[in-house]
Amino acid sequence: MAAHLSYGRVNLNVLREAVRRELREFLDKCAGSKAIVWDEYLTGPFGLIAQYSLLKEHEVEKMFTLKRSRLPAADVKNIIFFVRPRLELMDIIAENVLSEDRRGPTRDFHILFVPRRSLLCEQRLKDLGVLGSFIHREEYSLDLIPFDGDLLSMESEGAFKECYLESDQTSLYHAAKGLMTLQALYGTIPQIFGKGECARQVANMMIRMKREFTGSQNSIFPVFDNLLLLDRNVDLLTPLATQLTYEGLIDEIYGIQNSYVKLPPEKFASKKQGDGGKDLPTEAKKLQLNSAEELYAEIRDKNFNAVGSVLSKKAKVISAAFEERHNAKTVGEIKQFVSQLPHMQAARGSLANHTSIAELIKDVTTSEDFFDKLTVEQEFMSGIDTDKVNSYIEDCIAQKHPLIKVLRLICLQSVCNSGLKQKVLDYYKREILQTYGYEHILTLHNLEKVGLLKPQTGGRNNYPTIRKTLRLWMDDVNEQNPTDISYVYSGYAPLSVRLAQLLSRPGWRSIEEVLRMLPGPHFEERQPLPTGLQKKRQPGENRVTLIFFLGGVTFAEIAALRFLSQLEDGGTEYVIATTKLINGASWLESLMEKPL
Amino acid sequence: MSRTKGDEEEYWNSSKFKAFTFDDEDDELSQLKESKRAVNSLRDFVDDDDDDDLERVSWSGEPVGSISWSIKETAGTSGSNHEGREQLKSRSSSLSYAQLPKPPSTYSLSSFFRGRTRLGSFQSLSDALSDTPAKSYAPEVGRPRGEYRDYSNDWSPSDTVRRLRKGKVCSLERFRSLQDKLQLLEEAVSMHDGNVITAVLIFLKRTLSKEILFRELEVRQVALRHLIHFLKEIGDHKLLLDLFRFLDRTEELALSHYREHLNIQDPEKRKEFLKTCIGLPFSAEDSTHIQDHYTLLERQIIIEANDRHLELAGQTEIFRKHPRKASILNMPLVTTLFYACFYHYTEAEGTFSSPVNLKKTFKIPDKQYVLTALAARAKLRAWHDVDALFTTKNWLGYTKKRAPIGFHRVVEILHKNSAPVQILQEYVNLVEDVDTKLNLATKFKCHDVVIDTCRDLKDRQQLLAYRSKVDKGSAEEEKIDTILSSSQIRWKN
Repeated sequence: MAAHLSYGRVNLNVLREAVRRELREFLDKCAGSKAIVWDEYLTGPFGLIAQYSLLKEHEVEKMFTLKRSRLPAADVKNIIFFVRPRLELMDIIAENVLSEDRRGPTRDFHILFVPRRSLLCEQRLKDLGVLGSFIHREEYSLDLIPFDGDLLSMESEGAFKECYLESDQTSLYHAAKGLMTLQALYGTIPQIFGKGECARQVANMMIRMKREFTGSQNSIFPVFDNLLLLDRNVDLLTPLATQLTYEGLIDEIYGIQNSYVKLPPEKFASKKQGDGGKDLPTEAKKLQLNSAEELYAEIRDKNFNAVGSVLSKKAKVISAAFEERHNAKTVGEIKQFVSQLPHMQAARGSLANHTSIAELIKDVTTSEDFFDKLTVEQEFMSGIDTDKVNSYIEDCIAQKHPLIKVLRLICLQSVCNSGLKQKVLDYYKREILQTYGYEHILTLHNLEKVGLLKPQTGGRNNYPTIRKTLRLWMDDVNEQNPTDISYVYSGYAPLSVRLAQLLSRPGWRSIEEVLRMLPGPHFEERQPLPTGLQKKRQPGENRVTLIFFLGGVTFAEIAALRFLSQLEDGGTEYVIATTKLINGASWLESLMEKPL
Repeated sequence: MSRTKGDEEEYWNSSKFKAFTFDDEDDELSQLKESKRAVNSLRDFVDDDDDDDLERVSWSGEPVGSISWSIKETAGTSGSNHEGREQLKSRSSSLSYAQLPKPPSTYSLSSFFRGRTRLGSFQSLSDALSDTPAKSYAPEVGRPRGEYRDYSNDWSPSDTVRRLRKGKVCSLERFRSLQDKLQLLEEAVSMHDGNVITAVLIFLKRTLSKEILFRELEVRQVALRHLIHFLKEIGDHKLLLDLFRFLDRTEELALSHYREHLNIQDPEKRKEFLKTCIGLPFSAEDSTHIQDHYTLLERQIIIEANDRHLELAGQTEIFRKHPRKASILNMPLVTTLFYACFYHYTEAEGTFSSPVNLKKTFKIPDKQYVLTALAARAKLRAWHDVDALFTTKNWLGYTKKRAPIGFHRVVEILHKNSAPVQILQEYVNLVEDVDTKLNLATKFKCHDVVIDTCRDLKDRQQLLAYRSKVDKGSAEEEKIDTILSSSQIRWKN
């Protein structure tokens, strides 16, 4: 079912099975027929660990989305609410429960908080007079959800905001708990490295939690050699730049949610002939994107400029394969051809889809505005004209391009200049407030607070030093056959991934000076293992590093890490974990102030 | 670091700088097309039994059987017998259903946690000072009796916190002395569990005076931040503002107050609220913006009332010809200026809705003003107004065309509003840079400008090339031929 999770160095199906087991156990606690009422946000993440069939086996007969007023009728014994611990959802639940109480035969209510129970929420339920109606109130700690063979995410949309704007450590606590779960399944990770304030906190929590569990010695042979904890605010730059890998661009343009993407349906019009195109679909085409699809696994991390040639080669191969049918003469040959058909058809369908997606993306990437935007981004990242008002940004404001786009560029400029000159900052601010509305003062303050947009203090710009030392800008980038991670941004090497690369070889000691320029402490901790569990590495065997991005990671960064994993003499393979899969737009969106 | 001029030139001249380009673009596109063709051609052959062995996927792409798919499905089927159930229900509605029996929590901790709405017996200072309706926040109430079993009076602060963390019931009321309470807080903070920290803070907030709570949290930053987050979450703005005042975090105080306007829908009320924000300790720069925000909404309310009236009366031509698509309330300044330039362009400076008045009041820079006015007048195809925007008279009375935004921008805006070629041509001609001019003229098919420019550049090749682009037998072709055959011009190529 989820075979792609076991392709990697670490079998993440083990984790998936563990969380599925926990879910079954909870469902069995509520004996009898059930209806689940879903917090809609959760259906995406849950979809990655369980299908409806699993729920059905445990007598879930109906499922609804959580909405105001009364529940749809359902002839079941139990009604279970699957919700995030949020106050506004408690109000809706209370409304549901109260109207159900008035309605008829008593049934059993339960509530499952994901990922944690919240005292505050339960108190709200009490204030609303319904807390006593719930028989089971439990938590389901779905902290880390396996997305792919080498990718885990907490899908906690507010994590960056909570950590860096509100200094609320709750999501760090969940991250630490998730790491403890991983260690319980995959063994204690002997070495922990980290950079950043939040990384330090998470490491502290892990060490403390470990102390509390001293009773039970973990006897599993460790799968991971290292853990690298990285604060997102150590590298604010990378998510601001437009991702140029295939998967990154799909995310930038259409947004990938829980490994699904919704695409405009026109390009995927019904393929049966004779329909005469009479009913063109109007509903968005939804596709799942993960490494279970062979072709996607091959092209997802390539620079988009290298995707076209792969697709056309594949088309030729598949055509040739189908042509084989003319050569099949004997019954045996025909039989063999037929046996391969399902696989060939799957490959053909997959190729058709990705050719259509590539066309859609190409329409965007070949537009004049995309080119102009990219030119400005690359100027900033290579350190050109970062200290004055940029005329392209001015034009974008004058033409009222989406505010997110404008903010993203200004933040990029600010980060690449270690803050903007006060005059430049004031100018941008005024233009934005006058064009998009004064209320955005609040958003601008948020951006300032997390360090994305700030006045230059002390008049010193550290970025050029950081850029040069870490070789963040590479002039000779090969998009087709990359030799360096900078291919994912066609020239810019993501800072976060560079830090990981340098840690594995030659070690951070070589870049002490730059590390001190980046925010937060860097540290190393050891978790001693009993001698029986200590690993003797075979010569040539790669180390496995779990890299955890606190505050989000982009698909382009993931691509860069996969590139490093695949290097023949790389020495390190990466498994990636994060609080949330982000891109520049969704990230800044999470920092914008909106009415409650 | 500032780049030296030399650096920059080297940069521009070297070809190292790489933007994202599709080098062999046609080639690649054709590759894509080719693969698409190849794929399509296979379709007849294989389509009929498409879903063998593949995961079944409904049109929306959701695998059949996935959770979100099933929600739609199962919810759908329940709809059919919904009515029957409704009837059933109405028959039985005469029976009044009591609420589900509450678990018999004899130990009800809620008695400890009751706010003053109950008996007023447990009034703490912070309750008395805060005028939000007293809510009680108990960490645990009303769980089934079984879970109270190991309730004990002897839990130490660290045991208590550990139990809270596991979701077990614990009374915090035993911690009476300030020292105990602070120890409890410190334990919670050291666990990093936001949930537990909040629970302890709720307890402290209720049992400590505001002054002591604030004073103690000031030296405990982590807990302080959780309290701020918590107060925001439950919407206790008054206590939040008190806290910021105490901490002397005045700007946060101001912003936090200002933020509330987002939740006020009624324009009058919103305006009144914004008025209360003026004079709060914002930074100097922000103070101006806040003041402007208030003034703008005040104006918009006046303009809106006036224009709605005019529109309804149906006497004013502009509103009849171009009915308003939306109200102007709460629109940004530039949008408001556009609106004023569209509907109130000729008004005297004295009225609130006159563009010039807006420009003065909000100190809108020339550039911004011209850009907006141009867009508005071009949309109305008021070419005369457009002309006037760029005409300046010097003191000798000569007129001259000037555009603070550059004529290339003017041309683009005019083109976007589908200005006729004669008008476009006039402005393309005013573009100073010859290359830009030629580009724009070619792009927007201003033949005369292209032809004249080529002639002036003595660029025979380009003119020849252009000849193939104009219609056969057109006046333009004739014009080109005349020029090409002229012996007066000394062509450079």
